[in-house]
Amino acid sequence: MTRPPLTTADYPLAERRPDLIRTPTGKPLNAITLDAIERGDIAIADLSITADALVMQAEIAEAAGRPTLGQNLRRAAELVAVPQDVVIRVYELLRPGRAKAKEEILTAARALRDDHGAMLMAAFIEEAAAVYERRGLFRLRY
Amino acid sequence: MNDETPPGANRWRRFQDWDERPLRLDRFAAEDPDNGFAAFSSPHDPKPGVTVAGGRIASMDGIAAADFDMIDLFIARHHLDPDMTLEAMAIPATTLARMLVDLHVPRTKLVCLARGLTPARLAEVVAQLSMLEIAFAYAKMRARRTPGNQGHVTNAKDDPLQLAADAAVAVALGFDEIETTQRVARNAWSNAMACAVGAAVGRWGTLFQCSSEEAEELRIGLAGFTSYAETVSVYGTERAFIDGDDTPWSKAFLAAAYASRGIKMRCTSGAGSELLMGFHESKSLLYLEARCLCLQRAMGVQGTQNGGIDGAPLASTVPGGARELMAENLIAVWLDLECASGNDSRTSESEIRVGAKIMPFLMAGSDLICSGMGSILKYDNSFNPSLLNGEEMEDYLALQRDFEVDGGLTPLGEERALSLRRRAVEALSAVLDELGLASPTAAMKASVVVASGSDDTESFGPRDAALIAQGIQARGLDVVDVIRALARRGFGAEAQNLLNLVRLRLSGDYLQTSAMIRDGRVLSAVNDPNDYGGPGTGYRVSPARRDQMAGLRDVLDRPTVVHEEARHARDENRRIAYRVVGDAGTGSDTREVVIGVSPAFGVKLFRTVAGHPLSAVLAELIAGIKSRGLAARVVRVRHTADTSFLGLSAARLAGSGIGIGIQAKGTTVIHQRDRLPHNNLELFSNAPITRLPHYRRLGENAAAYALGELPDPVVVPQRGEAMGARFHAQVALIYAIETSLVTDDLTPEDLSVTFLGKPA
Repeated sequence: MTRPPLTTADYPLAERRPDLIRTPTGKPLNAITLDAIERGDIAIADLSITADALVMQAEIAEAAGRPTLGQNLRRAAELVAVPQDVVIRVYELLRPGRAKAKEEILTAARALRDDHGAMLMAAFIEEAAAVYERRGLFRLRY
Repeated sequence: MNDETPPGANRWRRFQDWDERPLRLDRFAAEDPDNGFAAFSSPHDPKPGVTVAGGRIASMDGIAAADFDMIDLFIARHHLDPDMTLEAMAIPATTLARMLVDLHVPRTKLVCLARGLTPARLAEVVAQLSMLEIAFAYAKMRARRTPGNQGHVTNAKDDPLQLAADAAVAVALGFDEIETTQRVARNAWSNAMACAVGAAVGRWGTLFQCSSEEAEELRIGLAGFTSYAETVSVYGTERAFIDGDDTPWSKAFLAAAYASRGIKMRCTSGAGSELLMGFHESKSLLYLEARCLCLQRAMGVQGTQNGGIDGAPLASTVPGGARELMAENLIAVWLDLECASGNDSRTSESEIRVGAKIMPFLMAGSDLICSGMGSILKYDNSFNPSLLNGEEMEDYLALQRDFEVDGGLTPLGEERALSLRRRAVEALSAVLDELGLASPTAAMKASVVVASGSDDTESFGPRDAALIAQGIQARGLDVVDVIRALARRGFGAEAQNLLNLVRLRLSGDYLQTSAMIRDGRVLSAVNDPNDYGGPGTGYRVSPARRDQMAGLRDVLDRPTVVHEEARHARDENRRIAYRVVGDAGTGSDTREVVIGVSPAFGVKLFRTVAGHPLSAVLAELIAGIKSRGLAARVVRVRHTADTSFLGLSAARLAGSGIGIGIQAKGTTVIHQRDRLPHNNLELFSNAPITRLPHYRRLGENAAAYALGELPDPVVVPQRGEAMGARFHAQVALIYAIETSLVTDDLTPEDLSVTFLGKPA
């Protein structure tokens, strides 16, 4: 990336750096108008956040002295492209007793890494797998 | 004396009075740390401490890394900064406590230190602060400068029309966030659409959430109806966490999932949840909550809903419980988390305990003072009644005005409220109709517009809401469909408002800590950081904001009083005529009682504060005197408006030496010629509760004194009404009119009084 990291001076992005914001379909912020909606040019898919915007917000959070918030937003950026049913499935798998063995969670982590490039989230989930094993969470819940 | 023992003779009856007060419905619990009933400390709380080996946390709060449970582990890995934890932990707790309340130690420095403090240390430090110090430290440490508030919008029928109307009202009152939930889980989508439309009426910028099952809530957010979520609960013991059906990793995953969909999110935790769930490990409420809060910072969520929440009523049963609730909020903001600071469940049946609970938060300010104040009536609150509810809304507004503290809300006039409700109901009806979901009748709409709560409505019920919700899901409708429907049906302003809110998602600006929308701008801890450093810094109520908060309805002012009196003047002129006869001399008839009326009596003022026409009052006094066969002479006193001197002046003119002094507001005295001014015979000081028969009997008693008798004084019974609160503003304005007519050295005049046969 050639762009230097953003700082708190760039915030709020919609006000200070609207040039950096795009819809997932590549439209600029000022293309999102009521007229465009009435014409049918804008759909819900145009109104979701992009991974780029999340990384920019992560940079701002880090510049504001909030490294853990920054990490969360970076993990979030990796989930933008992950389909909703996969997101829900992985969440469900991480709940206590859903996975019956460590390997199920490790497989989900691998899929996030290999299929979606979610490196941070994959590592985070692998950490969970190790802890769950140590704390005996792979046991019957229902 | 009766020989029988009176009932309850062995009990002071005051206890019976106390038994009947609402407070006695509250149960207080004994402190019992072994069983989890301890607010600030338990012998089972660990001693604070940390060791680092090889750049990793080797032990925390007395537990070796090998023995960490999953909460310890998550905190040690993701919260504690191994590079500075030793330095932070080396600072004694008392020093840290003093730094929290020291104006010269900036918030930023304390926030940096918190990254190295363990849960046991954080709890130990805030436990050293008194209630006053906790509130003060909270004012200094909270993340965003400008305070805000959140409201609940729900109803007992899940009626979407009422949700829309109530959402519009909540938005107009100034709530920065509104939160809904439903009686029946499958109605979530209907509630979400209704509140989203209602919240777009009048202005835009109120964030909205629909609390429901985790996956469902995420889907509703994805469809664009909601903009934030907060019911992502965490717990302070491993067993409670697992019973809550999650782990720190599953909740952190969910946190990232919400952010990835552009939805603001905060976690929820609060004292007492582990105790309620039966897994408290004999630890104090505060220590367990410190673990929850470190965990939340570790997860990287921007904020927390914290301060008891569902456990607040339980926390409030133990000694120091209310103090503990704010102490945990202080830990939250010290950890640099946005804090929606609880005050969202009814912790007492006592209105005094309720009012006292909210005060420190009003004084300190908070990102969201209540994490759900009931904007609706108690019985309509599907979360359970909040600390403050629709019933008490005006009490809350009065507290803002009294103490000049910004609780985030603004008084709402009657006409505006009604027009917003009408607009919201019409807007949602148009959307439901346009999208083929339902067609509300005119009668349904009309009943909702004026309804205070769902008991008053003839509208949709839970089953109708389920069908609407089903329709939304079956057809995959989203917020763009709603915006389009609004625009197509002539609700362009509402369509634009809703679009403005949804568009915020693209930049993610409201994902930063403590973000809210004010006047179309995102304000957060990034661009509105709390810079409190003593007087003249931090958040201050601006003159414009002060005017807003002062603007309660029916505020009394001088023009109102003057206008009212002018109205009564017309009526009184038909009932009585006063004619000046000449200078009043001292009477010689010992059977004469003089009534001395005040300067403005019947001239500029025409009714007592109890509302009795002065003609009627005067007629009763005269009738009372005459009933004993004595004569009444009326004089106007012009040199004073003071009751005592009116009475004494009248007495000195009376042949009997007995006089009655009366002010236009109704305060009346019987006086005697040789007495000291303030040592009268009888006084009616409580004009607001003095009735016409009392004036009649006062006339009779004046005559009795003139006849040398000693009558039973007339007692106007009072039941402890707050007379000053009810009447003093009016009294002061009225009395100023009296005193403006006082002229030094003008002597009393005899008045001829004619009653014109048109009684009041």
